[in-house]
Amino acid sequence: MIHAFSMHGVNLALDVNSGAVHVLDDVGFQVLQCYSQEGKPVHEKLEKLKEILPEQVILEAMDEIQTLIGEGSLFSADPYEDYLPQWSKKTVVKALCLHIAHDCNLRCKYCFAGTGEYLGERSLMSLEVGKKAIDFLIENSGNRRNLEVDFFGGEPLMNFDVVKEIVHYARSREKDSGKRFRFTLTTNVLLLDKEKRDFINEHMHNVVLSIDGRKEINDAMRKRVDGTGCYDRILPLAKTMVEERGHENYYVRGTFTRHNLDFGEDVLHLADEGFEQISVEPVVASADSGLDIREEDIPRACAEYERLAKAYVERRGSGRWFNFFHFMLDLEGGPCIAKRLRGCGSGTEYLAVTPEGDLYPCHQFVGQTRFRLGSVFEGLNGNPVREEFYQANVYEKPECRTCWAKFYCSGGCAANSWKFNQDIKKPYKVGCELEKKRIECALWIKSQEFAAAEGE
Amino acid sequence: MKHIKTINGKTLNRDIKEAGCGECQTSCQSACKTSCTVANQKCEKK
Ligand code: SF4
Ligand code: SF4
Repeated sequence: MIHAFSMHGVNLALDVNSGAVHVLDDVGFQVLQCYSQEGKPVHEKLEKLKEILPEQVILEAMDEIQTLIGEGSLFSADPYEDYLPQWSKKTVVKALCLHIAHDCNLRCKYCFAGTGEYLGERSLMSLEVGKKAIDFLIENSGNRRNLEVDFFGGEPLMNFDVVKEIVHYARSREKDSGKRFRFTLTTNVLLLDKEKRDFINEHMHNVVLSIDGRKEINDAMRKRVDGTGCYDRILPLAKTMVEERGHENYYVRGTFTRHNLDFGEDVLHLADEGFEQISVEPVVASADSGLDIREEDIPRACAEYERLAKAYVERRGSGRWFNFFHFMLDLEGGPCIAKRLRGCGSGTEYLAVTPEGDLYPCHQFVGQTRFRLGSVFEGLNGNPVREEFYQANVYEKPECRTCWAKFYCSGGCAANSWKFNQDIKKPYKVGCELEKKRIECALWIKSQEFAAAEGE
Repeated sequence: MKHIKTINGKTLNRDIKEAGCGECQTSCQSACKTSCTVANQKCEKK
């Protein structure tokens, strides 16, 4: 299988199974279009092409295509399916998302957590639950050494003393358990005072700072309880935080909705404000919210990604470097193929813990009792729904199986699939279209960087 | 080659036998967290 496309005047072909990427001139591209997905030239198409191109030139390009097929970097076969059983072994739990506070000091309009309380009451995690969660992770992680703990909410800074105690407790258990913890915290920044920043900078491997971009965009969504926007408070605090972290291991993270399909402006705004690690992502919201990205919005959103990709390359090439999270693609290294088949690991190696200690497949499933997987006190409860998460690799999802993007997307977001299709194996179409466009952009960016490096 | 230039070689299938050690980071591609998309992750072995 291959995926051939053009963007900003560049023709590209991705060989899906080998990961090879090729840039083609117009002749090469037209000739390639005359091949079937099995890599066989289609006679009628070639005949048609002969009407507009000299036969000699067509044969030349076919020769090159044949060489690449011979090398296994075009129309290559899928060598992975045989390995599936080996890669589908039951995995251990290696990451927990701790819902430190089901409460929030903002009332963001798109909040999937119902402005903090999820589907339950407003509540804070106790230290007892937090410690149990660490014990649970140690006990359920087998031989795995690196463990991850995300402090999440609601707003975790509303219960920061417990965050600190959990960190100290986990560290105190590293030696006896032979584990190493990595902590991350996601915050809306409002309460990020000096003392908290210092603690976070000392102990957290990564920090995610929520801000949507331009002031008017941010403030239309991210409102305080009294209805006022938070931009003016959070922007300087976020800058200070990033400064104090030495501009490393952080993300500023925003959400875009159908009301700002020109979200590229928000990304560039954040870059203009001096942030270098930026993620702005489509909202996960249901159809009745009025905020969800709809099928009719896809063309605009895709055009915006392409526009952003162009600005991205220009800036990175001219001393205004920044990273846009969804354009990062490590073609050379990157995760192994086994990882690419299953993606986020929700429900299997990654679980969320509520303030009460209940376990769910991930933060997006919290409160939906069908998905309750146990608690940190009783352990995993054997809920058969977990089996569905184990099985949900890209080969088991009909849409993904035949999708060119499967080894980069890894099968999409189970929470989105559930929200829109009540089936974790049926991906959310809008999400797919945006993801595929982002991957195309990332590949185009590679072609530009390659050309720039060659030119030097 | 005249018409086609390869900018990335066959990188996906090269470590197929060693794949799946499981030490890598978890990742989430949507929602408000560390939000790693999979393809940009690092492998812990390298
Ligand atoms: S883009 Fe959609 S169909 Fe393709 S792999 Fe991702 S979730 Fe599956
Ligand atoms: S299911 Fe979706 S929201 Fe949940 S961890 Fe995976 S990618 Fe993230």
